[in-house]
Amino acid sequence: MLAIVRCMVCRELLLAARRRGDVATILLFFVVVTSLFPLGIGAEPNRLREIAPGVIWVAALLSSLLSLKRLFENDHADGTLEQMLLGAAPLGVVVAAKTAAHWLLAGLPLVAISPLIALQYGLAPALYGVLALSLALGTPVLSLIGAIGAALTLGLRGGGVLLALLVLPLYVPVLILGAGAVEMASAGAGGEGQLLLLGAMLAVAAVFAPWAGAAALRISSE
Amino acid sequence: MRWFWYASPQTFFPVAGSIARWSAIAAALLAAAGLYVGFFVAPTDAQQGEAYRIIFIHVPAAWMSMLIYVVMALWAAAGLALNTRLSGMMASALAPTGALFTFIALWTGALWGRPTWGTYWEWGDARLMSELLLLFLYFGFMALQAAIDDPRRADRAGAVLALVGVVNIPIIYFSVQWWNTLHQGASVSLTAAPKMAQTMLAGMLLMTFAFWAYAIAVSMLRVRCIIRERGA
Repeated sequence: MLAIVRCMVCRELLLAARRRGDVATILLFFVVVTSLFPLGIGAEPNRLREIAPGVIWVAALLSSLLSLKRLFENDHADGTLEQMLLGAAPLGVVVAAKTAAHWLLAGLPLVAISPLIALQYGLAPALYGVLALSLALGTPVLSLIGAIGAALTLGLRGGGVLLALLVLPLYVPVLILGAGAVEMASAGAGGEGQLLLLGAMLAVAAVFAPWAGAAALRISSE
Repeated sequence: MRWFWYASPQTFFPVAGSIARWSAIAAALLAAAGLYVGFFVAPTDAQQGEAYRIIFIHVPAAWMSMLIYVVMALWAAAGLALNTRLSGMMASALAPTGALFTFIALWTGALWGRPTWGTYWEWGDARLMSELLLLFLYFGFMALQAAIDDPRRADRAGAVLALVGVVNIPIIYFSVQWWNTLHQGASVSLTAAPKMAQTMLAGMLLMTFAFWAYAIAVSMLRVRCIIRERGA
């Protein structure tokens, strides 16, 4: 089982290493979106500090959403996905491995760059860790939920916009808890409650989402 | 098993017709009674005056909006588990009615909020936000089904989405509650004695049953259209 996961993750990472541009685009999108907000709202430091957690989290949601397309689309187009469906490896495990690789490529870079964005928005240095931790716990949930949506919309016309409509309402709890953790911490109340709940959501999603994603994948490629 | 006899669209088609007819009559009678009680019998509220009377539409619509999503998910689960064609059709027939009730609940809530809270829209209110997200979930379900040409795939994909949605609704609701709410606490509960006047409760229950009958009637009519459309 672990061999399957390792093999799948290595394959995805290798594919991404061959086409580095895709990964960089997602990260750039995140940076561009976060730098648009001060331009739209105004450069007043206090207001920016106040909206920073929400802005960073919404940008993370959107960049996670935009990167979902690549989760199954390429494999679907060249027929690899069909082989995976027919193969001996349990489909749920394959989906879980692909989701994990997706997070490594689309989620982890956001976690890594978040302190820099936080610095730009003038957040207190003590909050960098909370922000990064909330993203580290929350973005895998986004990838897991998104995998279900990506599997459901596989090969549909207008799939991208449809995917957003399906997935964004389901992202709301993660957004509230993630941004809430940073806001609570900045108010001096600590964000442990929200972080623990995010962790709980990650645990639940990690168990059920690959399974639902596998079911959706079977439906989509009948 | 008589139940599975009706699971065939062909045998269900005439049954759906008569259910729709009787439910429509029941809906009209119950709505007439409920509106009469609501507008003429129920006493004026001490604090909110006559404005509160929108409760007879607002609360039943909000209840129905949530109930219909759960019923939809149940049909979806039945469709996935038993592989019956009619279940998927029922789920897609229910979705527009559920979205309609969610929209009515939001709209009447805005109209009610204006005189009582002084604002049409209050971002900080948990129930309002959950209803809005529920509306998005309904739209997502309908958009997904509309985007898929093959009806069998549309049914099954919609079923997975409905099940994911129904698991998420409580999570969304409780996470949204992290915000402070200025909504009045639930004034109707089944366990505690109702604090509101008996006639108000009666009017609200009558309207709820009217909406219920309406939802059944309309979804039966819609399922008949779906059956015809698919030529089953």
